[in-house]
Amino acid sequence: MSKLLHRRDVVKALLAQRGDLLVIGGLGAPAWDITHAGDHDLNFPLWGAMGGAAMLGLGLALAQPKKKVLVLTGDGEMLMGLGALATIAVQKPRNLSIVVLDNERYGETGMQETHTAHGTDLAGMAKAAGFARTLKVKTQADVSRLKKRIYAGEGALFAQVKVDPERLPLVLPPRDGSLLKNRFRAALLGPSALHQ
Amino acid sequence: MKKTAESAWPDEVHALLKAAGVRQVAIVPDAGHARLIKLCEKDKAMRVVRLTTEEEGVALLAGAWLGGEKGVLLMQSSGVGNCINMLTLPIACQFPLLMLVAMRGDFGEFNPAQIPMGNAMQAVLEALGVIVKRADAAKDVTEMVSGAMRLAFNTYRPVALLVGQRVLGAKDFRKLTQSVPQ
Repeated sequence: MSKLLHRRDVVKALLAQRGDLLVIGGLGAPAWDITHAGDHDLNFPLWGAMGGAAMLGLGLALAQPKKKVLVLTGDGEMLMGLGALATIAVQKPRNLSIVVLDNERYGETGMQETHTAHGTDLAGMAKAAGFARTLKVKTQADVSRLKKRIYAGEGALFAQVKVDPERLPLVLPPRDGSLLKNRFRAALLGPSALHQ
Repeated sequence: MKKTAESAWPDEVHALLKAAGVRQVAIVPDAGHARLIKLCEKDKAMRVVRLTTEEEGVALLAGAWLGGEKGVLLMQSSGVGNCINMLTLPIACQFPLLMLVAMRGDFGEFNPAQIPMGNAMQAVLEALGVIVKRADAAKDVTEMVSGAMRLAFNTYRPVALLVGQRVLGAKDFRKLTQSVPQ
């Protein structure tokens, strides 16, 4: 039996008692994972925009410096926007955590291997880009450490979580982007945000 | 010395953006935006975010809006090509997005490599559903930025204002082989 972490256990643990944590989910499995943990007004799951999840997190983190922002995304999605690691590291947002659920696969398209299955070290790249903290997460104890760091807001934090390339039933969030945007803004900024 | 229309627009546009509460300024530089970038960098109310590629700015500013901040994306026309797929995010989710695009491959261009994107860009943006406006005279830039900004933030959609090469002046590569500008 695989000793790898299970992605939905990891996400559920990171989001338990989440308080006012702001969460971006990269397209595909991470969007299903955050919805599996419980659909939430302060979730912004992506249905597209591949390569953009980390940058969305940066814009949000800069706009809301007092709130913690967590981007949960996949290895394929992160690989498409590697330049964002440099852009984020330069801005030094202490309240931003990028957590890559790395199953070494493009899960939505037939489980083809990504670069990380062939040695690409995403945490190493984040470190070289200048992230204040980088972590490789492989065990349950590592997950607990990661959770503490996310909620401590001592970033910018980048974590590469090695997870089982299991096939799981999809858990779909609403897919109307305007609804997702407006409910997030209303929950974060108050109902007046809808009149701006 | 009083500034002429040719030189005043970057200062006016900076003041306009500031008054509208624009806080995040995402850039991949173009020579045509050089003065505006400098003004934004000096402004403590603004955060200049250097991008490695323009589509990062599209995603950044969607995140900014989620968090209650306005932004602007400054880029060269060639960078529009890099943004195409990411623009589906503000279109599908109705995020406001203000893009100020300094044209290349336009009036008096020297470099053949700039032509394909410079020429195709407006049609490509419009095919996606981005609203495109153009300023081809320095005296019009500020007013056009003002209109584009209101369109973007009042109607929740991406709007590109193209600042023509006739305003910015075509780069003279032959002259640059003779001397380095100071």
